[in-house]
Amino acid sequence: PLKNTNICFHNLQELRHSASLATKVFIQRDYSEGTVCRFQTKFPSELDSRIERTLFEETVKTLNSYYAEAEMIGGQSYLEGCLACATAYIIFLCMETRYEKVLKKISGYIQEQNEKIYAPRGLLLTDPIERGMRVVSFFHGRLFTAQNLGCKCDEKSSRCF
Amino acid sequence: MSAVMITRKVRKWEKLPGKNTFCCDGRVMMARQKGVFYLTLFLIIGTCSLFFAFECPYLAVNLSPAIPVFAALLFLFVMAMLLRTSFSDPGVLPRALPEEATFIEMEIEAANGNVPAGQRPPPRIRNVQINNQIVKLKYCYTCKIFRPPRASHCSICDNCVDRFDHHCPWVGNCVGKRNYRYFYLFTLSLSLLTIYIFTFDIVHVVMRSVDSGFLNTLKETPGTVLEVLVCFFTLWSVVGLTGFHTYLISLNQTTNEDIKGSWSGKNRVQNPYSHKNIIKNCCEVLCGPAYPSVLDRRGLMQEDSPASETSPPSSSSMNSVPQTTHAMLCLQKTTAPLIPNEHTPDDVKPSIADSAEKTPSPKEEESPAPKLPPLASPETDAETSIIKDKAH
Repeated sequence: PLKNTNICFHNLQELRHSASLATKVFIQRDYSEGTVCRFQTKFPSELDSRIERTLFEETVKTLNSYYAEAEMIGGQSYLEGCLACATAYIIFLCMETRYEKVLKKISGYIQEQNEKIYAPRGLLLTDPIERGMRVVSFFHGRLFTAQNLGCKCDEKSSRCF
Repeated sequence: MSAVMITRKVRKWEKLPGKNTFCCDGRVMMARQKGVFYLTLFLIIGTCSLFFAFECPYLAVNLSPAIPVFAALLFLFVMAMLLRTSFSDPGVLPRALPEEATFIEMEIEAANGNVPAGQRPPPRIRNVQINNQIVKLKYCYTCKIFRPPRASHCSICDNCVDRFDHHCPWVGNCVGKRNYRYFYLFTLSLSLLTIYIFTFDIVHVVMRSVDSGFLNTLKETPGTVLEVLVCFFTLWSVVGLTGFHTYLISLNQTTNEDIKGSWSGKNRVQNPYSHKNIIKNCCEVLCGPAYPSVLDRRGLMQEDSPASETSPPSSSSMNSVPQTTHAMLCLQKTTAPLIPNEHTPDDVKPSIADSAEKTPSPKEEESPAPKLPPLASPETDAETSIIKDKAH
């Protein structure tokens, strides 16, 4: 017989832990422009019924533009590189590099997208940095209410018992 | 009352596969064999100490005090570059977690179709078009991923490294995307340092010999002989290496590609990564952005104590959840693929959506804000970290 254990989660952070229970869709890297970090904007068929194509493409395109901004080789990256070289790269121990700043922006963006668009549709978008920037993954699982499973959640202490 | 298990906080570097050694609680990452690296350190520090001990007092007085000062700066730069190359993550690609590996396997099987029994399946290769050239991506059986272009698997460190150049025993680490420029600057500055010491050794010997005679000079400063020997042999190898890497950089190639002859030959593909402009190539390799490590060595593994229901709320990570976060996402844990529960009424789903929108997702107590967000936990740990509701 199948083991049935009911688990309650109270925020998206915990949903990540249970991600093994959900089905996953992976969006692979797009190498057509070289080794720069880009993800394919092709809409996967598994998400067909769950999210509108335009929203998905919008998310991936925005992510791609963030990565392009981080990896852009231009005036600012030269300045950063030369300054760091002059200090024998010791400055990198104290300062945050431009790439790291953009990565923070990206994780904020992904969090915002999850809250506004994906969680209401029962999807969870993970940050590519967690997978070595190889894939963007979507988790999807069925959502159930606390009440219909007989789970009594105490609002004050935020725990299930 | 169930007992509370106190689990030690384990950092992710302790569970990383591959044959690397880590020091300083995950801050330092090196290969396993470090013997040659210690030799490099010994040679550089030893030779420079001899230089400062024997040559510098004489030269500072008789020629210029700037000589030892410049030598000291150059020495510090060489050491900084060496340590950066040796201790940093070369650009290791993390291995695929089980579901990603399964997903890729399914894609491969779908692409291969039906292979008759007894026949070997076709090699796992994916073709991508980069700048109008077809590049083959190979599948790595150890890491269970299709290697990105220019990545290669280092058998010594047992990792796939992005933009893999070579494994250098002298620095005790792989040279890859993240530490290639430090490696290049190390060889360049070491060449300069070697030439500098060699030159001033000769100058010193000549100047002293004019005063006291050649043999007496050698007796007074025996260190000079050693220095000259070391510098002479180092010059040929290090300067040659610097020249070779300058050539590679101007063509935007890696040592690995050069050795394999990936872009040479008439029938082969031309290098799709080269900008066909020496300056642009140099700028990309040396002045490109500083890529962050995707390994997250110092992040904490998600290991909650399984039986902490009866412990006071302050010790549980859920205490950080404010009152308004109530995305009541209850997932039924089954050992079979997810089967929808027939009791889920459709009209209740919008209310879940509303509560989900209010979720601000605060950071958990047990993962202090690292520079990068925490890695998704491996599946086996995810199952043990779920707080089971035993009442049902």
